[in-house]
Amino acid sequence: MDTWIVVAGALSAVACAIPGNFLVLRRMSMMGDAISHAVLPGLAIAFLMTDSRSGLTMFIGAAVVGLLTAVFTQWVNHFGKVEESASMGVVFTTLFAIGLVIIVRAADHVDLDPGCVLYGAIELVPLDTLVLMGLEMPRVVLTLGIVLIINLLFTVLFFKELRITSFDPNLANSMGVNANLVHYAVMSIVAVTTVACFESVGSILVIAMLIVPPAIAYLLTDRLYVMVPLSAAIAVLCAVLGHVLAIIGPSLVGFGDRSTNTAGMMAVVAGLLFVVTLIFAPRHGVLSRWLHQRSLGLSMLREDVLGLIYRLEEHDPQQTVVAPRVLRQALGIGPLTRGIAMRGLIRAGLMRRRNRLYEITETGRHKARNLVRSHRLWESYLHRHADVLAGHVHPTAELLEHVTTPRMQEELAAGVESSGSDPHGKSIPPPV
Amino acid sequence: MPDLMRVFGHHQNKTHPAAPLGEEHPQNAPLSIDDMTVAYHHKPVLWDIEYDAPEGKLIGIIGPNGAGKSTLIKAVMDLVPRASGRVMIYGKPYAKQRNLVGYVPQRESVDWDFPVNALDVVTMGRYGKIGWCRPVRKQDKDAALHALERVGMADYAHRQISQLSGGQQQRVFLARALAQDAKIYFMDEPFAGVDAGTEGAIIAILQELIQRGRTVFVVHHDLQTVRHYFDELIMLNMRIVARGPTEDVFTQENLKKTYGGKLTLLDEAAQALAEAARR
Repeated sequence: MDTWIVVAGALSAVACAIPGNFLVLRRMSMMGDAISHAVLPGLAIAFLMTDSRSGLTMFIGAAVVGLLTAVFTQWVNHFGKVEESASMGVVFTTLFAIGLVIIVRAADHVDLDPGCVLYGAIELVPLDTLVLMGLEMPRVVLTLGIVLIINLLFTVLFFKELRITSFDPNLANSMGVNANLVHYAVMSIVAVTTVACFESVGSILVIAMLIVPPAIAYLLTDRLYVMVPLSAAIAVLCAVLGHVLAIIGPSLVGFGDRSTNTAGMMAVVAGLLFVVTLIFAPRHGVLSRWLHQRSLGLSMLREDVLGLIYRLEEHDPQQTVVAPRVLRQALGIGPLTRGIAMRGLIRAGLMRRRNRLYEITETGRHKARNLVRSHRLWESYLHRHADVLAGHVHPTAELLEHVTTPRMQEELAAGVESSGSDPHGKSIPPPV
Repeated sequence: MPDLMRVFGHHQNKTHPAAPLGEEHPQNAPLSIDDMTVAYHHKPVLWDIEYDAPEGKLIGIIGPNGAGKSTLIKAVMDLVPRASGRVMIYGKPYAKQRNLVGYVPQRESVDWDFPVNALDVVTMGRYGKIGWCRPVRKQDKDAALHALERVGMADYAHRQISQLSGGQQQRVFLARALAQDAKIYFMDEPFAGVDAGTEGAIIAILQELIQRGRTVFVVHHDLQTVRHYFDELIMLNMRIVARGPTEDVFTQENLKKTYGGKLTLLDEAAQALAEAARR
């Protein structure tokens, strides 16, 4: 019985995540929100008109209203001169309210519970079954399976068109790939998916599964054809972990042996996965960006050490070794940072240890001279061509020396001509 | 002045859109525009455009901000609706000649954080030739790689596009247009925000296209390079102020007419029209 709950959760999560990629990439994440709420009056009207809760009529009713949401949003956006997300807000809240009114007005003979629409009833999934090809399965699983296949086919068949209209609608239109048509196709898919997933997982989870797995995948990859399957895998993970947590979660936090709602836990897991990814993602993650910044800072520091030693040597040619104390005073760094920086320099063969002192190697001296050359060239250049006062050029040059390529150095040298010295009167070392 | 009512109603042409152009237009020019007017929200942005392009020329489109330069090329490619007028590409409506046209939109018009690499973007130039629902073939990949080579970006084929510099992104866009293998190109500010090296590389490629009989339209901003780059000019400020060989039309007088104060009168009239429509 539990298996079917997980299967239903996973199917709806994947069915949502796949079209969700294109909502995220088109910066229309809120459209999922809008459509999933706005279909309520569609469900209610379809029910009132046919007086049946058969899947198909509800489907058509909701899908039509879902599509209308997209159309109305464009109208409000165009004629109301408000931005797209604001017009979505106007449209879906209005439609949702209308839906609520219809349901309440017709409460006597409508067996439709707004609460159920929001949270779903995934625990009831295994109770309503049918037999297909000798296999007894929940009705919902069959519906979700069909929707998932439709979504997969749509995405695979129109992958090219989805990609170009999401990235560059102008070019797509100029080639005859009608971006508007693709937009409404995506909206129809989202509407149909939303309706299909309502019963099992509810609209809140639909919104979460439309947006969160694609957003996680977007942090992890730079290729669209990786992002889509990856988001599907993440969606499955959310469903499985969500169900496990729903069973064991409450006892973990001391609520005894009561289990909680699987759909709700799926959303919680999705949110947690997003936070974890945001921190640890290889390239776009907070941690890796921090590490990158830090390693950049360290490499600048190593270069500053070399520059310092070069200047000391220039001042007093006998001074070929440097004590840790000098580094601390001149560069203002603590023992830990100094240790890391010096180890890097020694490993690169730019410095070596002598007794308790540090000594620059010949390679290190070359590199240092090149740095100081860049630095002083920049000072001269800034002074001469950017009208920076001689007293103010140092900090900028200190930063720019680290990013100066050989070509830039050549251009700088040509720009300041052969004056031979910087604005402070120090000589510019010749090229290495 | 155009018939003002046309600005308010769309496509009220008496003639059939596919009917041949009038006597005054050559029948097989790369681009012929017949009496085109374009309006946004009832405010006319282009008036009475009449134009025939010579074949195999590098044609600059210049004019001040808001002159309708981008709108002109977008209206030609059916990307913005025309209030009136007709456009022919080699004697046929645009919809039938899409495969003859290549387009470089403004670089800022797309999201460079989109999860694709340079090769993916250039391959998009082939989509028009591949057709709906069909997968990208090997020959399309090869064509895209070749186009990247031509703009000197082959080494960056697998680089995610957000990690390219502005100049490199512009080269990728140019490569995509080359992959379209078109006869007539429209490029919207291909030199905006690029370094001197890229600008030189782009102009060399454009000249190579001209050598091979292509016609290239370039929306351009830098007046200093106009004489150097373009054989032909369209000087635009809501209407065509001057057009023809650069040496003939790039004069102080025309520049004054294009950029000077007089045309604000037309702008004022357009504003008044828009306001009248709003009431």
